[in-house]
Amino acid sequence: MNFSEVFKHTNQLCRVSPDGKYLATCVQYRLVVRDVSSLQILHLYTCLDQVTCMEWSSDSQFILCAMYKRALVQVWSLEQPDWHCKIDEGSAGLVSSRWSPDGRHILNTTEFHLRVTVWSLCSKSVSYIKYPKACQKGLDFSRDGRYVALAERRDCKDHVSVFVCDDWQLLRHFETDTQDLAGVEWSPNGCVLAVWDTCLEYRVLLYSLDGRLLSTYSAYEWCLGIKSIAWSASSQFLAIGSYDEKVRILNHITWKKLIEFEHPATVSNSKAVVYKEMERRHVGGCDDLTLHHQITLGGSLFNTQSKYEICPLPVQIPVVKPDSDRANPKVGISSMAFSVDSRYLATKNDNMPSCVWVWDIQRLRLLAVLEQTAPVRCFQWDPRRPRLALCTGSSKLYIWSPAGCISVPVPVEGSFPVQSLSWHSSGQALILLSKEHLCLCYLETEAERGDVASS
Amino acid sequence: MAESSLESSNMSCNSSRLMYPSRNHTHSSMPLSKQSYSVLSAFCSEGNITQCISYINQEMSSLGFPALCNELDSGGDLKAVSVLNNMYELLQLHRRSLRALEELETEQLKSASHLEHLKLCNSRLKEQLEQSRRESTGLCERERQLQMKVKSLQNCLKNEKEEVQKLQNIISSRASQYNHDMKRKEREFSKLKERLNQLLIDKKDKRLAIEVLNYVGRSDGKRSLWKTGKTEARNEGEMYQTLLNDYESRQKELLVENAELKKVLQQMKKEMVSILSPRKHSQKGETIDDSLELPGSENEEEVCDSSRETLELSCEHAREQLTNSIRQQWRRLKNHMEKLDNQASLVQNGSLGDNEVISRKSHEETVEKLKLEIQQCKDFIQTQQQLWQQQLSCPCDDETAALLNDCYMLEEKERLKEEWKLFDEQKKNFEKERRNFTEAAIRLGHERKAFEEDRAMWLKHQFLNMTPFLDRNKSQSALKSPEASEVTVAPESQYHNAFSTPKAAPAKIPSTADLYRTLRLLPDHGSPRSQPKNGNWQDSDVILSRDVSAKSGFLGAADCSIYSLVGTESSPN
Repeated sequence: MNFSEVFKHTNQLCRVSPDGKYLATCVQYRLVVRDVSSLQILHLYTCLDQVTCMEWSSDSQFILCAMYKRALVQVWSLEQPDWHCKIDEGSAGLVSSRWSPDGRHILNTTEFHLRVTVWSLCSKSVSYIKYPKACQKGLDFSRDGRYVALAERRDCKDHVSVFVCDDWQLLRHFETDTQDLAGVEWSPNGCVLAVWDTCLEYRVLLYSLDGRLLSTYSAYEWCLGIKSIAWSASSQFLAIGSYDEKVRILNHITWKKLIEFEHPATVSNSKAVVYKEMERRHVGGCDDLTLHHQITLGGSLFNTQSKYEICPLPVQIPVVKPDSDRANPKVGISSMAFSVDSRYLATKNDNMPSCVWVWDIQRLRLLAVLEQTAPVRCFQWDPRRPRLALCTGSSKLYIWSPAGCISVPVPVEGSFPVQSLSWHSSGQALILLSKEHLCLCYLETEAERGDVASS
Repeated sequence: MAESSLESSNMSCNSSRLMYPSRNHTHSSMPLSKQSYSVLSAFCSEGNITQCISYINQEMSSLGFPALCNELDSGGDLKAVSVLNNMYELLQLHRRSLRALEELETEQLKSASHLEHLKLCNSRLKEQLEQSRRESTGLCERERQLQMKVKSLQNCLKNEKEEVQKLQNIISSRASQYNHDMKRKEREFSKLKERLNQLLIDKKDKRLAIEVLNYVGRSDGKRSLWKTGKTEARNEGEMYQTLLNDYESRQKELLVENAELKKVLQQMKKEMVSILSPRKHSQKGETIDDSLELPGSENEEEVCDSSRETLELSCEHAREQLTNSIRQQWRRLKNHMEKLDNQASLVQNGSLGDNEVISRKSHEETVEKLKLEIQQCKDFIQTQQQLWQQQLSCPCDDETAALLNDCYMLEEKERLKEEWKLFDEQKKNFEKERRNFTEAAIRLGHERKAFEEDRAMWLKHQFLNMTPFLDRNKSQSALKSPEASEVTVAPESQYHNAFSTPKAAPAKIPSTADLYRTLRLLPDHGSPRSQPKNGNWQDSDVILSRDVSAKSGFLGAADCSIYSLVGTESSPN
């Protein structure tokens, strides 16, 4: 495992191009594009103000830089550094800006969600989509980039419009049976649209691409409902995380509940493995390493070292009691992610902030619990292999795979509290972000890993 | 107590016959007698002796005592003997009565104490009764209180329910109010949005613009198309295409899955049928079950076959049939398993005790054995140690080494000797066998010679037969020849005990016989005489005779020789 040197960034703006060749970072009002392999600066662009949002186009040709405060969007071309484009939303304001999947249109959402403006880079045409709904996830492109579903609110009723991204033609428009629609999400195969209601009502509606209602699912009433939703990559499972600290998985044939995963405070499932991160102040004494224990790699003297230990069951997991008086209580499943092969599901329960739960979808049971010493900030699956990277705001990177669990200190001078991380599309590198700095972590290939394991 | 009282009553009963009258008398006479001691003149005086006597006599007789004086001569003198007897009797009676009195008194005491005790008991029980009564009233009171409580709680519950209802009503009314307000606000909000939008459009915002250096081509390189009905139709078509593709792929997956499941089902069914086939039942000798299940199983087979056909069709009714048959099979399997379980448990229960006993016994035995062995081993070790020490104590020089070497040599010599002996024995055996062979060869030579002679004879006969003047003789000899050969065979075989072959038979047969003899059996001519070997000979005889009967049929068919007899005996084998 190798680490690059450290670069600066602002606003956590750091993205790898979809083709995996370039790394774009924003530092104040400057946009820096680097080569991922050599980390040499290829281009340097200067924006009009501090960038608040940055995004690559799907073909890795253009970079969009949005400055919400000034309602400005600037687009830069990689092939023609001289080419420039500036979109001004004027007094309408700007709250969100994103590429369409074809990489030739930009969708800007104005303030107060008055409308969505579709700007084209190919022609002068501008289209407006009225009545977009301000909600958790009001807009979702299908994975193949052909369709976009948009949540709308008209006459105090929720609607969903499906547009064809090619020519922005309305394909379907239907009213949904929701109190207050909270989000829409396409299944990865683009044939089913999951629509979920606000947290006051537990309700998931599944619509076919042609607007037919396939199924409705509701687990309970009255209590706070859905908090997050995740499709498996195979479109076979829909995981619904809710405020009752449970994940329910629906199947794609009957759309009925397949299983319910609870997140108990005491893990007593004999088949699950609980990895507990143990911190050590002193350096050395790494003799008692086993396969499952961490492999420390040249950590600096000042960093505390940590390793994972397998706890004998049952294990009591620290639970934070949520403040029930306040809105949006810190309880329930806030984030879920399926591994790329749809075999594993990682979940995080908000009132157990230092734990990540990994479930085996093949056997439908708990596989592992990672108990960290600090609250988990972010976790993400390798886009190629079933391994999970997570960070806790400490200067360590944690990786789980079915074979075991390791913690690696980030070997930089001073501390590097990892706030978030993202995988390179090849699965061979990780971008680690602290508040102001970023660092690339290169993971060894299979063969090298084999060497390490055998030595 | 009861016994003693019973005894005493018995005693009194026994004595009452005699004593009852006397008791009255004693009672009446007691004060009198006392008085008589103190005041002698009270009853009897000098003057009224006779009266007294007569009176007493009367009294005595009335009480059943013998008379004091002769009745006949009234007023006569007293009979001293009878008086004394009576006196004695009376004294006895008195004493007895005194004793009885005593007993009665103790009895009375006892009964009094008993009474006391019973009274105590009674009072105690009364107290208990009182207490329990009090308790029961307390409990009643408590029950009443509890009932009151329940009632109040029920009231509370009712109130709470009402409250809940009320609150629910309030909530729902508020919710509806809230929803209404929300709607109103949202409507206002949307109106506001609309207005804002309008304003934005009306204002002709100068800033609202896009500045592009030059427009870029589409990512797919095509030019954008005009929006027409055609594109709409195309979009629709594409959408349905994707949906169709999805459904098709899903259907394919399901088909594959279905096929696999069907295969599994079929296999399960087959296995079930094979497990539950009637053959097994009959093997186990469950005749009753067999007779019951046979027709059923036949039906099963039919159903199975039919279902196999219908599996491919996968119709509704076929599915039903299949599931039914599977269910039936399953039930049978379950029954069977249960039966087996029962048997297994029975067997286990039965064998467990025996096993334990045996194991314990054998265990003890083995322990004993092992102890013995350990002791032996210890002894051995000790002796070895001693030897070692001896060896260590005396200097280990070349002599001892030579001695040791000698020891080894001696051992080796011993071994060599043994080997030599063995070798000698083997040699002897070989010698014997060689002798046998030579003898056999000699005999063979003899036999060959005889055979040659025979052949010569036969040739001579043939030659003679060929001559034209012996035509009549030829027919005779043709008739007689088998008989003649048999005649020759039978005595010979009897004589030689079958291994020396009949001369008429082919030359191969004696050779096999020889082989037998040389390989398996000792060829000594004396041996057939010994009894145990005889069986062996007969065995070989059997084989031979079989060969003979197979190769020359006429032998067995003709006069019953030993061959034929043995042959018929051996044939069923």
